[in-house]
Amino acid sequence: MTDLALELRGLGRRYGERPALQDVTLKLEHGATLVVFGPNGAGKTTLLRVLAGLLRPHAGDVRVLGARLPDEGWRARGRVGLLTHEPLLYRELSARENLRFHARLHGVAPQRVDEVLEAVALRVRADDPIAELSRGMVQRAAVARAILHDPALLLLDEPLANLDPAAAAVLEPLIGRSSGRTRVVTSHDPAGGLAEGDVALGLRGGRVALLAPVAEIDERRVRELYA
Amino acid sequence: MTYGKGLRPLAALTALTLTAAFALVFFFAPLDADQGFVQKIFYVHVPIGIVALVGFMAGGVFAIQHLRTRDPRHDLRSYVAIHIAIVLALGTLVTGSIWAKASWGSWWVWQEPMLVSFLIVFLLYACYTPLRFSIEDRERQARYASVFAIVAGAFVPLNFAAVRMAEAYIHPRTFATTGGGLPGDMLITFLVALAGVGLLFVTLWKYEMASKNATFKLRALRRALAGDELAPARRSAAPTL
Amino acid sequence: MRRAVGALLRKDLLVELRTKEAVPAMALFSISTFVVFHFGLDRSSLDGSLAAGVLWVTLLFAAVLGINRLFVAEVEQGGFDGFLLAPVDRTSLLVAKVLALLAFLVLVQLIAVPAFAFLLLGPSPWQALPELLAVLALADIGLAVIGTLVSAIAIRTRARDLIVPILLLPLLIPLVLAAAQATAPLLALDGAGPLPERWLAILAIYDGVFGLIAYAIFDFLLED
Repeated sequence: MTDLALELRGLGRRYGERPALQDVTLKLEHGATLVVFGPNGAGKTTLLRVLAGLLRPHAGDVRVLGARLPDEGWRARGRVGLLTHEPLLYRELSARENLRFHARLHGVAPQRVDEVLEAVALRVRADDPIAELSRGMVQRAAVARAILHDPALLLLDEPLANLDPAAAAVLEPLIGRSSGRTRVVTSHDPAGGLAEGDVALGLRGGRVALLAPVAEIDERRVRELYA
Repeated sequence: MTYGKGLRPLAALTALTLTAAFALVFFFAPLDADQGFVQKIFYVHVPIGIVALVGFMAGGVFAIQHLRTRDPRHDLRSYVAIHIAIVLALGTLVTGSIWAKASWGSWWVWQEPMLVSFLIVFLLYACYTPLRFSIEDRERQARYASVFAIVAGAFVPLNFAAVRMAEAYIHPRTFATTGGGLPGDMLITFLVALAGVGLLFVTLWKYEMASKNATFKLRALRRALAGDELAPARRSAAPTL
Repeated sequence: MRRAVGALLRKDLLVELRTKEAVPAMALFSISTFVVFHFGLDRSSLDGSLAAGVLWVTLLFAAVLGINRLFVAEVEQGGFDGFLLAPVDRTSLLVAKVLALLAFLVLVQLIAVPAFAFLLLGPSPWQALPELLAVLALADIGLAVIGTLVSAIAIRTRARDLIVPILLLPLLIPLVLAAAQATAPLLALDGAGPLPERWLAILAIYDGVFGLIAYAIFDFLLED
């Protein structure tokens, strides 16, 4: 057993013949934030999906919250919160109904639904179908879903994209640095991203191009990834 | 894995057995009292039918192994077995239809449960390739194809039982078509023919496996030489290793 | 397992209640098909094996509509991902979907079977109602199990609305055959004949075998 939140050694994943991730090796301690940079198609989303247990790793030794993927995936499931570009909410159901559904799946008390709805400031529109909410509200509902079961590890795919500053401020204590959670965050914004994280990972063509504590690198190194 | 090994003697044995079977069919097996010469199509129709069914079942067994081990070679084995079996099943339908025309005067008889069952099984397995072709991700394609092969493999005996019951219910069967009721000379001829078709199946299967493996090795070598420059494989229903 | 199945089933029924996508379309399609059969066969009243055949072919084709849509929301609205993130047995999705499809089929038949009796059936449907319900129940279970399996196979393909019918129809031929054979004597013009129990046995075996197979292999359709 290890008390690291993430421990990857030589992680690889293919789509058919095309490698999406190759030889990714890194460690992340509990409570720390890993911020992942890289151009589109560099493998950021694939990395998050592998860590969430939605994609099987094809190579390497992958431990998430101490559970070795994919064989022990069931041990990590339910302890990971995932926020992707898709909200993973049913459009015809209201935020409350969606959250109740997930609360039942995760075995979370129903009161917690009201709690997180309050936290993301969505109480007023909680009974409208997701399809009728604005993009920012949908993202807030998705955050509520991701933190509903109080996950030990949060995986966030560009969480603040498309959000106005007010909404971003609401979400900051829930999924931001001040939440104190262990996080993996993808970002396209070098300055903002570095301010968010403890460790920076740069991916390029599925390979690790940069891996260092944020204190040791500056924005220029990150911008080079996109060149 | 070298599927080419022993292919030559196997092919020779197959040719020999099939020649012997034909010789027996034409010169040894007695003429059927009722149906005359045309009954001899039985020695083609029934063996390829049986071997086709065994091929479908083998495809299902390989598919189970594929899902258990995630080894793509099992998927390839299943794919090749099912493909050859589909061709044999088509042959069974054609020869069955000819036989029906000759002995009952109609190209298709719904009263013959074996033939009807074969048609249904053939229609089901005809979906195998379209299903594979419509899934782009290779790993998912292999997994879904295996799920299909297992479901279809279990379907085959159930289907035969149900269709047979339906016909037996309406038209009590008066004679048995297969093995049991055959006189000795016919039985020997039939068994040799069955062995010949069985060997043919194994030979074709090994040949196709050897050919596919050679293709993959070639592609792997090209990829090693060309690196990422190599154009990605075209979309296809065939498995890759 | 029970908790997860309950949550999933509730969600499916709630979505259907909101969208009214599957059941009304299936019911309407059934009634239209009866009308088509009336003109296609040029018969005003049916009985015996012809009535059984028309009823079962119609119910089968109506089921195809629902089966096509069974997993659409899971793929298009991220339902699969949301489900796979939860710490629950993956088989619960299979069970919930089979139950949801079963519920849809029963709701459709509550409309379609009386409509059939009203529009096309010669003899009274009351003469063998309990037997008819038994056949419907056993056939619906098989339809739901195989339909869920085929729907789950087809949903990740590029041509799912083509793959569903071409896969489903051959797989369901024995089921339709058994159901029609069992139904035919119940709809005889000169009073209902006895229920042929062997066909009920075939239906039960069919349900059992495919239920077990679906249980064994459904997980492989979920992972990536």
